[in-house]
Amino acid sequence: MRTLPEQEDRGREGKRPGSESTPKNQESTERLTHLIRNATIAMSFYQTVEQYAPFTTENPVRIPGSDRVRRILHQGRVLPEDFSILLSTAAASFLEEMAQEAHRLTVQYFGRTILLYTPMYLSNHCVNQCRYCGFNANNAIPRKQLSLAEVEKEAAAIAATGLKHVLILTGDARHVAGISYLKDCLEILRRYFTSIGIEIYALETDEYRQLIEAGVDSLTIYQETYNESLYDDLHPNGPKRDYRFRLDAPERACRAGIRSVNIAALLGLDDWRRDAFFTGLHADYLQRHYPEVEIGLSMPRIRSHAGDYQIRQPVTDENLVQIMLAWRLFLPRVGMALSTRENACLRDNLIRLGVTKMSAGSTTKVGGRTQSQEDVGQFEIADHRSVTEMRLQIQRLGYQPVFKDWQPIL
Amino acid sequence: MSGGGEQMTDELKIGGRDFQSRLLLGTGKLFSDALIPEIVTSSGAQIITVALRRIDFESETENILRHIPRDIQLMPNTSGARNADEAVRIARIARAAGCGNLIKIEVIADNKYLMPDGYETVRATEILAKEGFIVLPYVSPDLMVAKRLVDAGAAAVMPLGAPIGSNRGLKTKELIRILIDEIDLPIIVDAGLGKPSHACEAMEMGADACLVNTAIAGARDPVAMAGAFGKAVQAGREAYLAGPGTESLVAAASSPLTGFLHENSTGAGRSG
Repeated sequence: MRTLPEQEDRGREGKRPGSESTPKNQESTERLTHLIRNATIAMSFYQTVEQYAPFTTENPVRIPGSDRVRRILHQGRVLPEDFSILLSTAAASFLEEMAQEAHRLTVQYFGRTILLYTPMYLSNHCVNQCRYCGFNANNAIPRKQLSLAEVEKEAAAIAATGLKHVLILTGDARHVAGISYLKDCLEILRRYFTSIGIEIYALETDEYRQLIEAGVDSLTIYQETYNESLYDDLHPNGPKRDYRFRLDAPERACRAGIRSVNIAALLGLDDWRRDAFFTGLHADYLQRHYPEVEIGLSMPRIRSHAGDYQIRQPVTDENLVQIMLAWRLFLPRVGMALSTRENACLRDNLIRLGVTKMSAGSTTKVGGRTQSQEDVGQFEIADHRSVTEMRLQIQRLGYQPVFKDWQPIL
Repeated sequence: MSGGGEQMTDELKIGGRDFQSRLLLGTGKLFSDALIPEIVTSSGAQIITVALRRIDFESETENILRHIPRDIQLMPNTSGARNADEAVRIARIARAAGCGNLIKIEVIADNKYLMPDGYETVRATEILAKEGFIVLPYVSPDLMVAKRLVDAGAAAVMPLGAPIGSNRGLKTKELIRILIDEIDLPIIVDAGLGKPSHACEAMEMGADACLVNTAIAGARDPVAMAGAFGKAVQAGREAYLAGPGTESLVAAASSPLTGFLHENSTGAGRSG
């Protein structure tokens, strides 16, 4: 763990070199707002990570008796310690009971609906060297960034499938895919989509605010792992190396006025019980501190990609199910997004266990829908169904595919 | 309007319009919007609420409005609004898109419990009522908030029976009863009603209408459940109009405390 003085140096609004400064005319009022906020919310999720670190690293989770698991399932309210028990090996033999309850809660709070969205890769330039990622700066892959004309073509191709929610992605390369490039892209994308999410490098609060004003309503950002020393190993170079700056990114977006935030750990990097536990606590933290923001969770399992990273902590289908169920029981109202990292059969089966959002017609390649492709994506996808195929299958499973669940109101 | 005489009609009046049905329907959780016509028919409902955020105006196949029968009153709602300004903007967008001027205000800045923000709801109601909207605000059953909504120009008050989607029934019964007694606007119990008996109970107590969504969408057979809610609301209303007898835990045939008054009237001469 890092020392406290270093954390405080960063501050909650700490400026990073190269970040854009606040315009003069807003400075005084914004500064006042920040001072008040900093005084009233003198916390970060980092304190929670520190609080639970010894409890979960040395002994992943206490192993309770099965009667304890049964009691949690019927007590109607799941506290953090109960949640850790639901992730434990003791709960692994209760998956069907947990699934029944998770299904009931999901139908109650979300109905029989699945929101559809799709990822759109704008750029794969990246200065980071994340050991597990296909866009790692050291990987010799063709690098590409969509021109604005290409953005328009790709957007039109996606919109033609009926999708209204898009998630735009870039690598971490501020020198090419900076805030101004993103704003230009957003101006185009707003004409095609009613909801735009970003899954890009961590930003400062003011940068989030600028993108929100330009049309972004949701943020997806993965901590990858909550294990700080492992995080340091996996991110040897580049801006992403800053664990704390990444950890506080969702919170900065919340303060900038984002509507929804989706967080996750990349499952397979560390002990999944530990990372799933911290992801749940992180969502709980955000939900309690920023109740106006819709909080969602994803369960990405690491996939095969360019590079030579060996998966150290494989996550089985059974493990994945246990994670989702424990999350649903702990946080009945959080959304859960399931990507095409998983295959069609598994995705179909997971719908009834708590999923509320699914991607469809996905590609992880830059311009993957409109350009002839020799280059490689960020990772291999496992469900290649088209939007129409997904729509029909969701209907067959007794759910309503939802294409629009937000629209700009500015 | 109808020739049957005033005492024969019992209509729900909202914004100058009369409705025979006192069950309002929610949407957004059904496994298929194509069920809506059947649900409308089985329940007899005449008002249906739809979140503007979910209306896909441009889509041929996914536009929920295509499934709403023409004779049904559409009531867009401001789901997703986190404050009064957002609710106002959503209402204006809905009207501009041709969804009419009836609007259900939902201002929720709490995604954990989905509790409405009374203060912001009053603000939005005031602005929209002035702009000619018929405003139905969704609130916690708080008498003072309800009074402010009356002043702000609301057309009805929609108190929650329990948190949205909880199916827990009339948990706020005593507070809703106060609104029924004190507020001179239709009181429409919205949210939390999990079973037809809950809706019936609200209507027996004197609520003017109920709005149901989750309990219908979550049922194994939503069409049949909608029918059951329609009947329960009707039965509760009829019971209310019939004037239910008061409940008593003991069979009390006489008047133990005041009976002496009657005894005196027959034996007046004995006192001497």
